[in-house]
Amino acid sequence: MLSLSPDEWVAVRLSLKIALVATAVALPFGVAVAWLLARKQFWGKTLLDGLLHLPLVLPPVVTGYLLLISFGRRGPIGAFLADHLGIVFSFRWTGAALACGVMGFPLLVRPIRLAIEAIDRKLEDAAATLGADRLWVFLTVTLPLAMPGLIAGLVLCFAKALGEFGATITFVSNIPGETQTISAAIYTFVQIPGGDAAAGRLALVAIAISLAALIAAEWLARRAGTRFHGE
Amino acid sequence: MLALDVEKRLGDFSMKASLDTAGGVTALFGPSGAGKTTLANIIAGLIAPDHGRIVLDDTVLFDAERRINVPAHRRRIGYVFQEGRLFPHLSVAANLDYGRRMSGFAPNAAELERIAELLDIGHLLARRPGKLSGGERQRVAVGRALLMRPRLLLLDEPLASLDAARKREILPYLQKLHDEARVPMIYVSHHAGELRRLARSVVRLDAGRVTAVGGLELLAEADADALA
Repeated sequence: MLSLSPDEWVAVRLSLKIALVATAVALPFGVAVAWLLARKQFWGKTLLDGLLHLPLVLPPVVTGYLLLISFGRRGPIGAFLADHLGIVFSFRWTGAALACGVMGFPLLVRPIRLAIEAIDRKLEDAAATLGADRLWVFLTVTLPLAMPGLIAGLVLCFAKALGEFGATITFVSNIPGETQTISAAIYTFVQIPGGDAAAGRLALVAIAISLAALIAAEWLARRAGTRFHGE
Repeated sequence: MLALDVEKRLGDFSMKASLDTAGGVTALFGPSGAGKTTLANIIAGLIAPDHGRIVLDDTVLFDAERRINVPAHRRRIGYVFQEGRLFPHLSVAANLDYGRRMSGFAPNAAELERIAELLDIGHLLARRPGKLSGGERQRVAVGRALLMRPRLLLLDEPLASLDAARKREILPYLQKLHDEARVPMIYVSHHAGELRRLARSVVRLDAGRVTAVGGLELLAEADADALA
């Protein structure tokens, strides 16, 4: 009962791959946007902040639909990327990763932004007087001090990506082996007679992965915390 | 040595100061709110003046007319802050080494040992700043600034956050520093007692203006004014 069938394994591995890729690709953008929002005043900042949070409040189906019309094969961005860079999103796992990344992005940015805002900027001044240019100040002072926020953001984004359903299924459909994540597979199994056992097994896997991510995050955050206060 | 003539407005506060230091330890002396820290930040490159010029030895650090403003990280001016500002995520050893790494100097174990001995911080190297006493923290901050081989060392009220016992503990180190390090220093304080033990020349700052330049006798006048 508890061992997964090959098809279910495919969904689990695909989900992990999509969530990891989505989180990893979102990270540098997330750090950059968090830094901008925390440190810079610029025209359109409120708008950017609003757009950023939109996936959090919009129905996920709407986000998926917007991705479909912009990043789909005939969408303006999708057509450009396919023709010039050979990157195709529609009905591919890459599209699922894009949808998951977009949905997880606000959850990634927020804790990093708060962590950067909490940093004593006098420490950055001190680093500058010691010869560090702005990039080094960021890499050696700002980023390490924001590490607990970064870890929190990564876990939230990963968890969101792992569980994402509405935007993904709207954008790239539910294709076994290509775009069928754990969530989509559970949904499918629930729809068919006799699929309850498979749905239950996958649900257990989802719980296990989510718990493991939370525990790992807690452990990492505590380690980062003791690095500041312990020996 | 250091020659500056600058103007800066910050809200209601205006600074208009010019001074020349002769090397050795120059005291920048004045009551709270006189703009001492602002002037130190201007020298370090953390605040850009509105007008004027700053020259250290032969290098123009700032010149408003010629639009020169050497950024803080290229001025090689060591700065010991009132609150130490050690990096909490780095060990004492990594804090000490930070300036050398960022300035791109080769590791120099002998130099590190000499400074660690001078300030008696060799036994603290493996610790985090969070585990240091106030006096230890300031000594490490002094060491960190010295190890970047500064052309000028700014000390902004380095003892202000310490109680009387800690001040007595750290003053001898600063005197040793004065005797041995041979880095010109600007020592900012509102405390005449400290300055009398360390400085040779005194610049007095009041409400953003240099009101007197001279020797230690300026401190005595301040005592008479019951400032110290």
